[in-house]
Amino acid sequence: MSVPGPWYLVLAAVLFGIGATGLVARRNILVMYMCIELMLNAVNLTFVTFARMLNDIGGQDAVFFILVVAAAEVVVGLGIIVAIYRRRAGATADDVNSLKG
Amino acid sequence: MSLFAATGLAVASAWAVYGVGAALILAGALGVVLLHNPVHCALSLVTTIFGIALLFIDQGAYFLAAVQVIVYAGAIVILFLFVIMLLGVDKREARVAGQASSMVPLAVTVGLVAVIELLVLVRVHYWATGAKTTTGSLSGAGADVQKLGQSIFTSYLLPFEMTSALLVIAVVAAVTLVRRGGAPPPQAPPRKAAAALRPPARAPEAPSGATTAARQPASAGRPAAASSTRQEQAG
Repeated sequence: MSVPGPWYLVLAAVLFGIGATGLVARRNILVMYMCIELMLNAVNLTFVTFARMLNDIGGQDAVFFILVVAAAEVVVGLGIIVAIYRRRAGATADDVNSLKG
Repeated sequence: MSLFAATGLAVASAWAVYGVGAALILAGALGVVLLHNPVHCALSLVTTIFGIALLFIDQGAYFLAAVQVIVYAGAIVILFLFVIMLLGVDKREARVAGQASSMVPLAVTVGLVAVIELLVLVRVHYWATGAKTTTGSLSGAGADVQKLGQSIFTSYLLPFEMTSALLVIAVVAAVTLVRRGGAPPPQAPPRKAAAALRPPARAPEAPSGATTAARQPASAGRPAAASSTRQEQAG
């Protein structure tokens, strides 16, 4: 017995929206990465909810792979962030504009 | 009568679990977006992750809830905190006032558009409910982790192997990125070039007081340059 699926989907949608808002609003690169993690978690919640609604294990498989990809993404992203900070301490996302046209 | 009371209790407890999970998730997410200190943001992210894990358990994804807590709270957030401490980023959130205020309406617009789109999709989600149990049934005998393992090691064996390659690539990429400046290791240059380079490198070596005096402007120049760029952006 648990709450009907659409409630979880709505919650995941709101979580995704908060993450997207933070990704655009914040300028600290680390916090932007955390907002990406929020959006990934929203997608994970959606997958698990659909797995329950459709009685299909495939949704949970997808979450498993998303977790792996998120871990790899964070490792590479934090490596890039460390490289950026080493070159310019206290950099924000606006300072990384070498490719700006 | 007792059956009726039991179902009522089950419904109430289900809604209570959902409410607690939703409150944790939304409070943590708002904390990540709104708090200024990145350390606090990381701890808010942990709150959100625990809320998500709670809702995973509520929906029968026990293994994924455990992995969620272990991988996210135990590895990813710790990595975030490690980088924050290593770089000393805390409290240096760029409050470039003009840019932030100009960015917030755009951000809220993006967030609202995303939420509305997803809500429309939730409303018309019947397109996703056509075929059931294409890879494996969630209900039935056996534990959750058993079904997940059987599915991953049969239907999704190739993607599973590819994730191992992905992780190896990520490790190599992280090591390559973080190695100091990509500079060659000290024994890498051929000996002749090293010998040719050595005298000029040692030539300016003077009394120690002179070198420190020469070094200090160089080290002082970096914050000055950083502050000048910050002033440009503030202007």
